[in-house]
Amino acid sequence: MEAVVSDAPETLMALTLTVNGDRVRVAVSPTRTLLELLRYDLGLTGTKQGCDKGDCGACTVLLDGRPVNACITLALSVEGARVDTVEGLADGPRLHPLQDAFVRLGAAQCGFCTSGVLLSAKALLAENPAPARLQIKQALSGNLCRCTGYTKILDAVEDAARALCSKGQQP
Amino acid sequence: MLTLPPFAFARPTTIEAALDALATGDALLIAGGTDLLPSMKQGLFAPKTLVSLGAIAELETLSVAPDGSLVIGAGVTLSRLATDPEVAARCPALGQAAALVASPQVRNAASLGGNLCLDTRCPYYNQSEFWRSALGFCLKKDGDVCHVVPKGQRCVAAFSADTPLPLIAYGGSVVLRSRGSQRTLPLRDFYVADGVKNTVRADDELLTAVVVPPQPSGTRAIYRKLRVRQAIDFPALSVAVCGRQDAHGNVVALNIVVGAIAAAPRVIAGLDALAVGRKLERALIERVAEHVRRQCQPLKNIDLDPGWRREVLATEVTRALEQLSSCGPSSVAFGANPEATEETS
Ligand SMILES: Cc1cc2nc3c(=O)[nH]c(=O)nc-3n(C[C@H](O)[C@H](O)[C@H](O)COP(=O)(O)OP(=O)(O)OC[C@H]3O[C@@H](n4cnc5c(N)ncnc54)[C@H](O)[C@@H]3O)c2cc1C
Ligand code: SF4
Ligand code: FES
Ligand code: FES
Repeated sequence: MEAVVSDAPETLMALTLTVNGDRVRVAVSPTRTLLELLRYDLGLTGTKQGCDKGDCGACTVLLDGRPVNACITLALSVEGARVDTVEGLADGPRLHPLQDAFVRLGAAQCGFCTSGVLLSAKALLAENPAPARLQIKQALSGNLCRCTGYTKILDAVEDAARALCSKGQQP
Repeated sequence: MLTLPPFAFARPTTIEAALDALATGDALLIAGGTDLLPSMKQGLFAPKTLVSLGAIAELETLSVAPDGSLVIGAGVTLSRLATDPEVAARCPALGQAAALVASPQVRNAASLGGNLCLDTRCPYYNQSEFWRSALGFCLKKDGDVCHVVPKGQRCVAAFSADTPLPLIAYGGSVVLRSRGSQRTLPLRDFYVADGVKNTVRADDELLTAVVVPPQPSGTRAIYRKLRVRQAIDFPALSVAVCGRQDAHGNVVALNIVVGAIAAAPRVIAGLDALAVGRKLERALIERVAEHVRRQCQPLKNIDLDPGWRREVLATEVTRALEQLSSCGPSSVAFGANPEATEETS
């Protein structure tokens, strides 16, 4: 792989990545975070900007399948990577089982934390299709929610895990 | 919305190229960026160039040397450390400390090297530029007084990284490379008690790896971390204990390292004279806890009462030693993180 170098801060640099399955090629400033790239360059505003410094998890996206905080990830550092956001969860008009469970069980109130929580939960279920409640809590421990008190979120993830298992589906 | 100040960006694929980029001056290394980027957003650093370590495969290796040492590349993530079977077998307290850092999202990005080079923290420093300007800044950055010790000449911001504590307790070393030279030094000598810059790393040096020596059979280590929330939070107090007892329960070796007190980890002195050759039971545990308490003076460099932290330190040391000794009460009775105990063989 060839080294990527920008000599001046104002220089835009080429970046190639895959977002929700689509290959994207953009020119970005070195100072662009992955969160800013998604929201302001690609128009994917499902990923939320909360604290903007790594504390809250509202900006959680999957980077090659693993949850990271997009607000403290440089866009240029994800060269060649696969990024999944909440926009990629549903299958056309059909909600993902996690989204479906969140709606049915009232696990989203104001909704600001929800996209991040859904992606942390998706990564958990991909690795562990039948997690114990404590494992769900640990997987979601970087996602703060000011509304729900977490109980309904945990219930919804358990419900989605059961739904996915019974369908024999991949999360 | 917090924006980053302007910088140029280099993403080399070899250590040599990274060292060349670093040597150009006014450049900073960036690994996971989970410490550096929030700080840059708060105006604490504004380097001309960021040199990313993210594309250097050589920094991501984890291997066992012929002498049984575990050699961990600086780029290995904390999530990987927390689940790696070699780490679990050879230095489990390191894996446990890594698992207690921040949140899953942060651990997926955060590197071991970045954790070892974590900036010191203080309630008067880790704030926005606007917040800091309202107080006239402070000694560590842009000002000339310390708000924690107003007459002090030295910044006492808190050592806040988790993984260095068990690594020091295990006798670990770090490998530092610059253009044309390399040195290895014990991790305990890597840190100095100056909150402005608490390591002896030269600006052109890159920490390439950590070496954990093989532990004598029967070694046990425990890492305990006190914090307000059981996730996300930095330590408000941390204790690593590493030791070994003979068949009669007598102490053969004992190391204790305390974090989040001052700018450097506190390696407790005088433990050989106090503990070696004696049975690790209630009376000795109490004496050791008091000995540690006397050597540590928590300050207002963390948003929790320093007097309370000092008392709790004695309790945390007691709990760690009880977990270490086979004679103590079950570790499960002592809440905080009972899972953070393991045996090495
Ligand atoms: C919400 C939140 C909570 C956190 N909680 C904790 C916690 O509980 N415990 C804890 O220990 N940390 C915590 N952190 C801090 C940070 O995430 C970790 O310390 C992490 O390990 C830093 O690694 P990094 O790779 O992201 O470092 P970076 O941010 O990339 O770098 C940190 C510093 O190290 C230098 N550096 C990085 N790699 C090298 C190298 N190889 N050689 C020389 N210098 C290098 C950089 O120049 C920079 O100065 C937290 C961070 C956040 C945002
Ligand atoms: S300890 Fe003092 S000098 Fe250091 S960061 Fe805190 S207020 Fe500033
Ligand atoms: S917005 Fe990224 S962690 Fe809060
Ligand atoms: S639903 Fe409002 S923050 Fe979680």
